[in-house]
Amino acid sequence: MRHAVAHTLAMKLLQAASDEVIKEAGQIIRCRVSLVLANDITAPLAIKSFRQMGAATVFDKTKIALVMDHFTPNKDIASAEQVRGIREFAQEQDILHYYEGGDCGVEHALLPELGLVGPGDVVVGADSHTCTYGGLCAFATGMGSTDIAGAMALGETWFKVPQTIYVQIDGELSAYVGAKDLILHTIGKTGVDGARYKALEFGGSTVAALSVEGRLTMANMAIEAGGKVGLFAADAKTLAFAKAHGHTATQEIAPDAGAPYDEIIKIDAASLSPQVACPHLPDNVRGVDELAAEHIVVNQSVIGSCTNGRIEDLREAAAILKGRKVKKSVRCVVLPATPKIWTQALREGLLETFMEAGCIVGPPTCGPCLGGHMGILAKGERAIATTNRNFKGRMGHLESEVYLSSPSLAAAAAVAGEIVHPASL
Amino acid sequence: MKLSGAAHLVGEHIDTDAIIPAPFLVTTDPVELGKHCMEGLEPGWNKRIQKGDFIVAGRNFGCGSSREHAPVAILGAGVSVVIAHSYARIFYRNSFNMGLPLLEVGDDISRIQDGDPLEVDIITGQILNKRTGETIAAQPVPPFMQGILNAGGLVNYVKQRLTA
Repeated sequence: MRHAVAHTLAMKLLQAASDEVIKEAGQIIRCRVSLVLANDITAPLAIKSFRQMGAATVFDKTKIALVMDHFTPNKDIASAEQVRGIREFAQEQDILHYYEGGDCGVEHALLPELGLVGPGDVVVGADSHTCTYGGLCAFATGMGSTDIAGAMALGETWFKVPQTIYVQIDGELSAYVGAKDLILHTIGKTGVDGARYKALEFGGSTVAALSVEGRLTMANMAIEAGGKVGLFAADAKTLAFAKAHGHTATQEIAPDAGAPYDEIIKIDAASLSPQVACPHLPDNVRGVDELAAEHIVVNQSVIGSCTNGRIEDLREAAAILKGRKVKKSVRCVVLPATPKIWTQALREGLLETFMEAGCIVGPPTCGPCLGGHMGILAKGERAIATTNRNFKGRMGHLESEVYLSSPSLAAAAAVAGEIVHPASL
Repeated sequence: MKLSGAAHLVGEHIDTDAIIPAPFLVTTDPVELGKHCMEGLEPGWNKRIQKGDFIVAGRNFGCGSSREHAPVAILGAGVSVVIAHSYARIFYRNSFNMGLPLLEVGDDISRIQDGDPLEVDIITGQILNKRTGETIAAQPVPPFMQGILNAGGLVNYVKQRLTA
């Protein structure tokens, strides 16, 4: 589609879903939504607001996804009661995409897998990592429960058209360097508020060569730079992914030539070593070579979450753990992000590798990422995790620490008992 | 509307896990959430708040999760307004939706110290520091969001749209 003014990806995706003409960043527009998401933490407040709004029915029972993934399988009576309330709402409204129990996975891994999100979609979710779907060229962003309630009632919401930071990444990646390292490095450069109120748009030869899964990992953490979305163009790979998962999109989507970028950041991927975000912010990023010299001992390694719980991530971790043992002093928790990924890992023998290495393989859940359950840190304990946040107290006690890394580094640390370069094992 | 109270300084990049840690997200009750407000920063923090007091924060206040429990906990603790250098995007939107006014003042935030008695006008965005006698002007709220505030928050805004 041609526009009077050149559009960034963010502008282009919003324009396709809005009746108002987008002329510039900063404009506030009303926009239709393709899907509205909430989880077991955020849906209860959304339902409360939905009722207060006087809404009788949701705008489209096929375009709401309610995923019970944070405190499930329910960790206590209070969380079970919350889920009961959501389940009753889903039944009352005849919500098609309600997930709990055996068909439930970590929301941002589950929805792309089910083909519920894809290129060209506008998705709002009451979860900050909704920006994950930008890896599929969807304008997807996190909001609060009441905003989601409004979208559930009206089928639309308002957006301030964001300015865009273009992140151009070129060069061939070294061994043990991948999508997670690219996004950690980017956040290290922007800072945790460098993209505040803005869109991040990723391009360049390294990005083109990445798998769709890798792009989802990168888009997932756009919020850790303060970003509204983290967007990738929809190329042949994106469309093949969408088709394989039953999404209807068939058009490639790219930014217009001469699109107005607020800032351009260039990254030389070939020069990167594996990256680690140190406590207590995701922008406190250092190279593993430098960190390894400090012999940072870990008590727990978590491999999973909406950032790195997909099959590629599990393969990467298994490649390190194959034929090795998790150190006695470390709890290595592996959580495949969806039932389908779990089954795939079983078929490929990855789960056997994890169990023989001495890992704990659990069900799909967000549990330990947010200090919910299934891997909580005691006072003074330290974890390395493939998750997305290392805020103070995020995974347990206020005096515990979380380091963020790729699956291969988290697996290598589980074996060594400290943060090491996988090549040194 | 002028509000008076004391300033309670918190730092930069105060995240939603600090405002209301995940283990407390098993309720939506403002009073219960208010008891644990800022517990990820300092256990028992809420006890220092007199009803109507202000949180004064540095850059990027409210970064992290989309949990609306964060502004609800702040309101539940008795805080009337948050004044910060700047805010994370989702938190900014949530706060207006929940009826928690936010004032964004940029570098002028350094003109407020912990415990300062303030008088805040949430309509004009004028902040009087009664210790120094200085007035600080916050950035104006965009007209579209003023519309939501004028409707009485997002719940009423949507209610009006549904019955229109």
